[in-house]
Order: sequence, then structure tokens, then C-alpha cells
Amino acid sequence: MYDVCIIGCGVIGAATAFELSKYQADVLVLEKENDVAMGASRANSAIIHAGYDPKPGTLMARLNVEGNAMAEQLCKDLSVPFSRIGSLVLAFTEEEEATVKMLYERGVQNGVPGLKIINADEIHEMEPEVSKDVRSALYAPSAGIITPWDYTLAFAETAVRNGVKVTLNARVTNIEKLPEGGYRLTTPQGVFEAKYVINAAGVHSGEIHEMVAEKTFTVCPNRGEYYVMDKSECFRAHHVLFQCPNKDGKGVLVTPTMDHNLLVGPNAEGVEDGDRVNNTAAGMAFVREKAYKTMQTINYRNAIRNFAGIRANTDKDEFQIGIAAENFIDLAGIKSPGLSSAPAIALEAVKLLSQCGFNPEKKANPITTREKKRFRFMNDEERREAIKENPAYGRVICRCETVTEGEILDAIHSPIPPCSVDGIKRRAGTGMGRCQGGFCGPRVVDILARELHLDPMTITQDGAGSQLLLAETKQEVSAK
Amino acid sequence: MTYDLIVVGGGPAGLAAACSAWEKGLKHILIVERDKELGGILNQCIHNGFGLHRFKEELTGPEYAGRFIKMLNDTGVEVMLDTMVLEINAQHQVHVISAAKGYEVLEAKSIILAMGCRERTRGAIGIPGDRPAGVFTAGSAQRYLNMEGYMVGKRVVILGSGDIGLIMARRMTLEGAKVLACVELMPYSGGLMRNIVQCLEDWGIPLYLSHTITDIVATNGRVSHVTVHKLDDKRQPIPGTNLEFDCDTVLLSVGLIPENELTRAAGIAMDPRTNGAIVYENMETSVPGIFACGNVVHVHDLVDYVSAESERAGAAAAAYVLNGVQQGNAITIVNGADVGYTVPQKIRVDNVPKAADIFFRVRRVFKDSVIEIKDGDRLVISYKREHMAPGEMEHIILPRKLLDTVTGNEITVSAREA
Amino acid sequence: MKELVCIVCPKGCRLHVDEENDYAVTGNSCPRGAVYGHNEIKNPTRVLTSTVRLEGGLYPRCPVKTDKAVPKKLLMDIMQELNHVSLHAPVEAGQVVLANICGTDANVVVTKNL
Repeated sequence: MYDVCIIGCGVIGAATAFELSKYQADVLVLEKENDVAMGASRANSAIIHAGYDPKPGTLMARLNVEGNAMAEQLCKDLSVPFSRIGSLVLAFTEEEEATVKMLYERGVQNGVPGLKIINADEIHEMEPEVSKDVRSALYAPSAGIITPWDYTLAFAETAVRNGVKVTLNARVTNIEKLPEGGYRLTTPQGVFEAKYVINAAGVHSGEIHEMVAEKTFTVCPNRGEYYVMDKSECFRAHHVLFQCPNKDGKGVLVTPTMDHNLLVGPNAEGVEDGDRVNNTAAGMAFVREKAYKTMQTINYRNAIRNFAGIRANTDKDEFQIGIAAENFIDLAGIKSPGLSSAPAIALEAVKLLSQCGFNPEKKANPITTREKKRFRFMNDEERREAIKENPAYGRVICRCETVTEGEILDAIHSPIPPCSVDGIKRRAGTGMGRCQGGFCGPRVVDILARELHLDPMTITQDGAGSQLLLAETKQEVSAK
Repeated sequence: MTYDLIVVGGGPAGLAAACSAWEKGLKHILIVERDKELGGILNQCIHNGFGLHRFKEELTGPEYAGRFIKMLNDTGVEVMLDTMVLEINAQHQVHVISAAKGYEVLEAKSIILAMGCRERTRGAIGIPGDRPAGVFTAGSAQRYLNMEGYMVGKRVVILGSGDIGLIMARRMTLEGAKVLACVELMPYSGGLMRNIVQCLEDWGIPLYLSHTITDIVATNGRVSHVTVHKLDDKRQPIPGTNLEFDCDTVLLSVGLIPENELTRAAGIAMDPRTNGAIVYENMETSVPGIFACGNVVHVHDLVDYVSAESERAGAAAAAYVLNGVQQGNAITIVNGADVGYTVPQKIRVDNVPKAADIFFRVRRVFKDSVIEIKDGDRLVISYKREHMAPGEMEHIILPRKLLDTVTGNEITVSAREA
Repeated sequence: MKELVCIVCPKGCRLHVDEENDYAVTGNSCPRGAVYGHNEIKNPTRVLTSTVRLEGGLYPRCPVKTDKAVPKKLLMDIMQELNHVSLHAPVEAGQVVLANICGTDANVVVTKNL
């Protein structure tokens, strides 16, 4: 029997696993997909919010500000791309200027550092491409950008190195309370037992909650669609450029990413199916139209990808964090600013476990750092050294992003080994660039098949079922 | 050691440029190629139709490349395979890495950029819908099929009627797939008539002009259905015109983009119309001693033209190294009515031997028309054409003696009905 | 009378071929168009390009072609024949893989050194 079972390995489950891995506890993470970070954690705005948005006094406000403060050191220790570039909330009307003032007040109450309201001249000094119609903005220097799937991976991989077990393809279909205490969880990978259960199931956290407790909240999956622009558009923004929030969320933003692309989006649309992340013509048009208000110069001919993500919104204006049943903790309904709050939510989970009576000893020397070689961010001397150490770093596989075979091999042999082309993409960065894997895709399939001793026809693009190759040519061979 | 010439890319452009520079007297030439073999994209273009102009016979892609590789083997040109160029600069330094030799900075008296082009992707055209496995660029599918021996799908819809898409329609059909439709956004095909006939009509594959894919649906991670709509004059889908296809694969043949990241990073002036470097009459870029040729400059219809252009670049690089810097005032070629771009963009008249070759594309389909070259309001020369289309590169030869009559610092190329 | 578009050059002449009258061609603007129209209706032929299995080479497939045009109606039959072929590297361009394929008088030959 495990001490703790975490359901879901998005950023919340992973951060919690990482935090618990510092203690002497047997921890299991069950993830329904074939990799970690497969839900909201991989498809979002990739922002560490400053924390002026949530209402003062809420968990969201406190955990956002705490999580933001923790991000910098964590990312340094775990080698996660993160940059505190600051954000602007732009006001274009008198009404929006009032909103900006209100956000400033909220931010001050929430303890957000360094907030300042700046005028149009100051905005254009910082962001020359922003529309001439802008009147003022809230500047939050503590906001940052991050690679969100890598944040998740960093937590999960480090947790695994500390002894946490992550079981993939393990959708929890039933939870049964054991008479002697603890729970029995049924999955396609078998039945698991744990004394304590943590529900970090994102858009499915409502279903999991209802397996053990009365319904107290309803998840309302909400889809956001985005454009990813080529690096040649990245120069247009140097900060996260928000518009004023409205009832649908934080509105359409324009921001650089850690990979030096420009990200534009999202819209916000309630959807039935929390697992379907399709783009729509209407959603994409909405994003372009709204972003036009911030900036008229974005060249959509330089788009390299559209994507959509699902927010685990609920009918409550608050994270659903608490003890849902005996020894069963909800980290549920984690919507925005969930990514920003993740490490603080993990600390909250440890506190709640303690309230349930689980107080394990801290490990003497848990692993809290992760090293990751990224050839594209190395200087010439580091590159020389890396290739000398391992010639595989001298073979570029993804030419758009300059990702080498060495990094792909590192990914394949990492603590949570990927089995798909997109699994390699999230770990090594292949296929992220302007050709979107057109060139490197076949080569990544080849390397995956070779290293894992698999038939290339079994290699998937992404989740289960997404095989790339459907048949071999020249099938009926006879000796000649 | 300083090379006389480093050629970046060992595809058709790089091969022809290196051979030509050798023939013109350069001795220390290096080709840097990122793949494990020379020949570039021709290696996966196993269909025939190459070489009618250059060799007066129909060759397959590998055969066409093979001819040039054989020529190269008779020279002393050095080749570095499996080697990636990370950076070039105006000082003619080339930063390369390889598993075999690590990180090296090479020096050259001249450089020829011959990196070719890449395919436009789904993201560039924003097709709505799910994002499952089964959406491939035609070129990726071609590589899997012709080199690796895998079928990416069995029921296929092709978006775009560029030549690669048409060729793949036939190849997939021959290998047992069912190609349900070829869908083209424009009211005319971007491919050669010969490919429409032999790749679509031969196999009964319908071509839907002025149509596009408006939705892609996935089942269990793989494409399962696409919706296609007819488009109105503003290229907006017309409600009620939907065609529905159950398929497992979408192939995209929606255009090629010159691959110029190294060029931009080197500070070389670019032409937003071609997405390639601005070049002079001898294929020299804005940085002296750095030349460019082939699809990295502008996307060609026929490899034969790539070879010809690259041979000029090779000869010019040799002249640069052996005779020194090219001088002279440049005339700018302005795009007039219905001309999309020209290559070269600038002509240094003093460097033009007998005539300057000008390549360009028109913006629409023409019948019985004239191409006019004007110096201000004065007509310099005109050329008759029975047929012109955006998919077919036009070529005119402008005699030096007419260039000498130009008084201004620009000439205009335009097209009109006769 | 059959109608077809000429593919000899980009002009795209609309050819009319009279099967009753020894496949006489009208609508062409050049002699090459007449030849094309005649053959295309009387006996359409194509050069077939494909691949065969290759063991021990840089890639597991080797490109091949018929060394002359073969009747269009036999293309799928020839594809079937190619399924039974497996070559061993090294192979050289021009090397005959299958002679007199499907009785056509054409050979299937390798098109790349591998």
C-alpha cells in the first residue's frame, strides 16, 4: 500500500509529487495519458502571473503570489526556462483605466511587488509596437514567462529520481474506500491502494471528487485558442501584454515565449468535452480580431501553429482545495492562475495531509536540482565542450530549433521516458519551430524506434492511438 | 586554411555551383551538407521529369542528382556530410558542427548559399479542427514513402495542387492508398498541366478548385474525417457547399518558403516578395563575396533552372575570388503591373557580359500578352507571350546594349494583355 | 472524337483526336502536340517510377523506374511485380532489376547508387 496516491500528473500533481518526494513517503502518481503534462499544463498562456487579478482574501490570490515568488529559484534549480519579463495590462478606454486602477489596488492588497500605473509614453517606450490608442497600463514587474510543460516535467522527473512512482496510461475508473482505512483505485494498469489520495485531475477533478464525496462543484471545461508565431515576430513584444480582464477571463494577450516565438490568444469558450482541444475558424478569427486592439502589426502569415487548451474552470470563483473526504484531498478546479500557483498549491497539499494525520519525516538529502543540456542556448565554448564529451551533441536533428541527437537521447533515457514524437518535442524541443517537425519528424521516429527497440509503426505522434505510419510498402516479399 | 569557396548545401543548387566554380578555376572548394548524402530533396523525388532542359532527357530526381554528383567526383571539391552550418557572417566565416569533427569555424574567400527551401505547414495556413496524427506535409510523406518505405495513410485528402502534392497523389495511389480528392484554394492549379493529367486524371482523382479544408476531425488520435467547402470570391467558405470525406490522412502541398535563417542572421538584405536574399545580376547578395542560388533565392518550377542559376553563381564566385570585387552602379528592377517579383532585383550594368537573365512570376493567368521593360516612360523592349501563369516562372534575356541605354537608376518590368 | 488537354508545354491546347480517322489530331499548335494526342488516345503509355526493398543500404528502399514508357493499363501489374523484389546493397543506377517487365519490352532499373 502506498502512503499517498496522486491522481493526475499535470503541473499540480507533479509539483505535489515533487514536494512529497522530499519526505519519507511512498508516493504513486496515476496519469491517464501516455505522458505527463498532457492537459491544461501543456496548452496555456505559459505565464507566471504576478497576482493582481484574483480577489483579495481568496486562496487564488495568496497561492498565486506565493507561487510566483517561488518560481525563480525553482526554475533555476530544475533548469526550467523562465524569465521575469514583467507584464502590462493595457487600458484603451476610460472604463478600462478604472479597471487598471482597481487591479492596482487588488495587487497591492494581494502583496504583489513593484506594481506601477504607467502612461502611454512610458508604454510606447517599453513596447513600441503597442497600439497608439493605449491610454495607460498596469505594470507588474514580477510577472514572468515559462515553458509550462517543462515545469511539469521538471517536477515529475525530479520526484521520480527521489523514488516517486509515476504510472502512465492509468485512468482512474473507480475509487473504493477500504474498511481498514485508505483507498483502492482501479485503472487499466491494475489496482492500486493508498492511505491518502490527492485529486489533481484537472478537468476531470469533478468526476474524481464524486467517486468519494458529494458533489460540491461543477467543472465547466473552457477552451482557449492560440496562435504561435515565427521567431521573426517575437520582437513585437518584450513583456506580457494583457488587455483588461472581463467576465470571460484575462482576455487576449500578446507575449514572447521562452523559445522566442510570439504567442497570441486565447479566447474563452465553454465546451462539453474537456478532452477535445480542437481549433475553430471562429475562435481563431476572434483571437486575431481582439489582438488587433493591442497591436495592429502582427503578421499572421508568419504563424507557425495554432493550438487550443482546456481550462478546468468551475462554477466557483475559487480553487477547490481542501479535504473532500477522510484522507482524500482535493486540489481541484485549478484554473488560471493554476500554473503560477502550482508550487504553492503543493505546499498546501502537504499541510492538508498533515491535517489528515500524515506527518512523514523529511529525507536527509532529497534531490532538488535537475540538469538539462539545451544546445540552442549554449555559447560556442559550451557547444565545443558538449560535442567533445558526446559526439551526438554534434548532430543536429531539428534544424529550426537546433536540437541535437544528444538531447533526443537524453530525453529518451530521462526518468519518465517518452514514447511519442511529441513527448520528445516537449523534452528536447524538436519540431517546435517553423517547419513544425516536417524535417525532423521522420528522424525522431527513427531514433525512438532504434533506442526503444520498437517497430516504427508503433511510434505515435502524441497520445495513444496517434500512430504516424499505417503500413509498410512492398509487403509481399518472396526470395529472389 | 582559407577556402576559396564554401558552398552551404549539397542539393542541386550547391552541386551545380561547386562544379561550375571548380571549372572556372577555384581550387579549394568545400560543400557543407547536413544530410548523410549529397543530392538534397532530389533523393526523395523518385519520379521522372527532371533534366529535359539540362540533359535533353527525362530523368528521375536521384538520376538528376547522380549526374551532378558524378561531375563533382571528377573535381577536387571537398565535401563535409552530416554537418550543420550554425552561422555565417559578413567576414566569410562559417560556423559548423558535426558529430565527427565537433565545432569548427571555417574561413572562406567567398560563400555560396544553397540551402533550398522548406514546406509551408498547417500552422502557416491555420486549418481549423483537431490536431491529430495524420496531417503531413507532402514532402514529409514523400520521404517516409520513397526512402523509409512507409505509408503515412490509406485514405487521403490532399490540400493544395502544387506539384509535390500531385506527385504524391499518384505515388500513394500506386502504393495502394485511396486518394479521395485534391483540394485547391485558388481558381487554378499551382502544378504543371502534365502532373494534373498524369497524377490526378489518370487515376480518377477529383480536383476541387476554389475549395479548402474547413475542419479536421480526429478519432482516437488520428485523422478520421475532413470537411471541404467551396470558396467565394473573397475566399470565404460558402455555407451549404460542404463535401465530407472519411479519411485517415491529410497531405499539405501549400507552398514552399526559402530557408534563409542563416542569410538573415548574417545581415544580408532580404526581399520580402521572394523571402530570399536580394541579388545582383551575378547572384551576389548585398554582402560582397556571398552569393546565393536555387530555391533559397526564389522557388523554382524546374530543377534545370536551379542548376543553370547555380552555375552562374559558381562562376561569379570564382570571378570574385580570382579577379576581385565587382564594382559599378546598380539599376534596380521595379515590379510593375502584375509582376510579383524579379530575380535579380538589381543589375550592375558594367558587370553584364552580353545580356542579363531576368526571372519573374506574374500575379495572374495571361493569354496573348506582352512583357514590357520600361526606363521611366520609355519602352526599352517588349516580349510576346502566348501564355503566362503564376505557377510558371518567366525568363527574359535583356541585352547589354539595351541596358546601356537606361538613363535612370531603375527599370520596370510589367505584364499586360496584348 | 475524343477531347484532351495537351501537356507538351504549358499552353494547354485543347486537342481533338478522331479515332475513326487514324487518330488524326486537330486543335494542336505544334507538331509535338499532334504526336502526343495521337499516342495518348491510341496507346497511352507512362514511365513508371517506384521503389523496391533494399537490404544493407543507407535506406530500406531503393528507387527504380521502367527504362521506357509502358502501357498505362499495366502500371498496377508492374507494381505487383515490384513487391516481390528485394535487392542487396550496393546497387548502381542503371542496374536491371526486372527485365522485360510484364512482357512490355521495358526493364525495371535502379535509379540511384546505394
